[in-house]
Amino acid sequence: MTSSKNTSLSRSIDRVAQGILGLLALVSGALVVLIVCFLFKGAWPAIEAGRLESFFADPKWQPGSVRDPQFGVVSMLVGSTLVTLLAVALALPVGVAGAVFHRFYAPPALERWNRRILELLIGVPAVVFGFWGLSVVVPAIVRFVPESSGQSLLAGGIVLGLMILPIITLTSQAALQAVPPAQLQAAAGLGLGRARTIWSIALPAAKGGIGTGVLLSLARAVGETMAVVLVCGNIPQIPTSLFDPIRPVTSTIALEMGYATASHKALLFCAGLILVLFTAALVGWLSFRRPAIDSGTGGA
Amino acid sequence: MIAKTAAFATAALFATSCGKKESSQVVVLTGASTIAPIVVDVAKRYEASHPGVRIEVQTGGSSRGIADTIGGIADLGMVSRVLKDDEPTKLTAHRIAADGVCVVLHKDNPVSDLSKQQLIDIYTGKTTNWSAFGGPDAKIVVANKAEGRSTLEVFLGFLGLDNADVKADVVVGENLHVINSVVANPHTIGYVSIGTAASEAKSGTPIKLIATDGIAATTAAVADGTFPIGRPLNIVHDADTSPAAKAFLDYLMSKEVNDIIEKHFFVTVN
Repeated sequence: MTSSKNTSLSRSIDRVAQGILGLLALVSGALVVLIVCFLFKGAWPAIEAGRLESFFADPKWQPGSVRDPQFGVVSMLVGSTLVTLLAVALALPVGVAGAVFHRFYAPPALERWNRRILELLIGVPAVVFGFWGLSVVVPAIVRFVPESSGQSLLAGGIVLGLMILPIITLTSQAALQAVPPAQLQAAAGLGLGRARTIWSIALPAAKGGIGTGVLLSLARAVGETMAVVLVCGNIPQIPTSLFDPIRPVTSTIALEMGYATASHKALLFCAGLILVLFTAALVGWLSFRRPAIDSGTGGA
Repeated sequence: MIAKTAAFATAALFATSCGKKESSQVVVLTGASTIAPIVVDVAKRYEASHPGVRIEVQTGGSSRGIADTIGGIADLGMVSRVLKDDEPTKLTAHRIAADGVCVVLHKDNPVSDLSKQQLIDIYTGKTTNWSAFGGPDAKIVVANKAEGRSTLEVFLGFLGLDNADVKADVVVGENLHVINSVVANPHTIGYVSIGTAASEAKSGTPIKLIATDGIAATTAAVADGTFPIGRPLNIVHDADTSPAAKAFLDYLMSKEVNDIIEKHFFVTVN
């Protein structure tokens, strides 16, 4: 009697919990859809006016010009892409090296503290990174390349690279830790040295997990705003060298949204929409790759 | 920024739902977005000491401020420029503050005076090396403001340039970002509100304010209208202004609000 009562009680608790959890999950999913709808609504006046074509056809971005208004975003999409790729190119080798050190070489106390400091780095506000970049990285670039303005693709890449470094290090370390010990022991049993084991066994086995970290940091870097607006120079152009200024899409929105009038604002919404679709494509690719990642890290 | 926008939005909501002449103790101001943040702050202080009076602030540009004041929709209009000759003379303009924009260089740059024509040459990319003005043999790094900023409007208006003519090396947003860019690269030229530049230079930031057409960039020169790059921040009203609006205007023109004007990096004139 008691037991059947308990069962029916736990069943109804189950049902209520399912309802609440389902509602919460749907709300967070619906929010994303609502945000995209909101962006679309904001961008609609520009789309309706046929501006989408000039978005990709115009060579320049000068919406405020009375004489010759132009609305080309291609240079900004290129800027966003280049600065993101540069950041990953800088952070990936350092991050993976750090993860290997943490996993295989570092004394436990050093590993623990270094990992904590990296975790702290994730929490440093972007504007602080940007200000550090403007006061330290930019003058350093000017010292080495005096004809550059300092605020450049390189400065943006360095600052963004530092911001995503902890993500890459920590996800790579988790992936390395998930490599089955049996594989490492087997390698040792075959008489392989530590370096050889890491290079030929551990890193290939952790490849999927490291890839997830890279994709996460790509998405993070594409959307970053406050740091890049301070160090990239914000000239909407396709750069010809590392020392040329660039203008990522996010910078344009941050610089102009608060001051934009109606039609200009619709264009900024359009740029935001394009950026969201770009990130969505990235996340879609990430989800598509997931099965391979899971088997690669032994289900971690 | 968000807080300010929210304040405007709330003000706009109130203004549309309440209307103007529903209560004699409501003062409605519309007009320039440059002046609105000052008025919003002053209004908060004024309402605290004058219970029963409500100040409503809406933006929409100087011309709207003038039209609304004539049409009776607003008690007072905020106008961030000199009244044009073809605008009705029945409006009276009172200057509550002045906005001045000056050129800033790094302290180590030996150049100390640039004429209007020299500034045009620099900002259109005709002159690209500091040696042309007796400075070091180094490329001039031109910092321009982002689209829509009032400092950009004032500066390019003075030079008579369209933003498409400007050949910038760096585009920045806030006044402090300009100053930090000049500090980060000593060959940078930028322009900011005189109030910001003066307080930064005073606190030891290695920048200097450059004279334009031989007139030193000081807040005093802006206040008396002799400095060439600037504009007045005016409040306009017509003959049948309500007593409540007149009292608020008197308060706006009193010394008691000077700290608020300075906080927004404008120059006090009263």
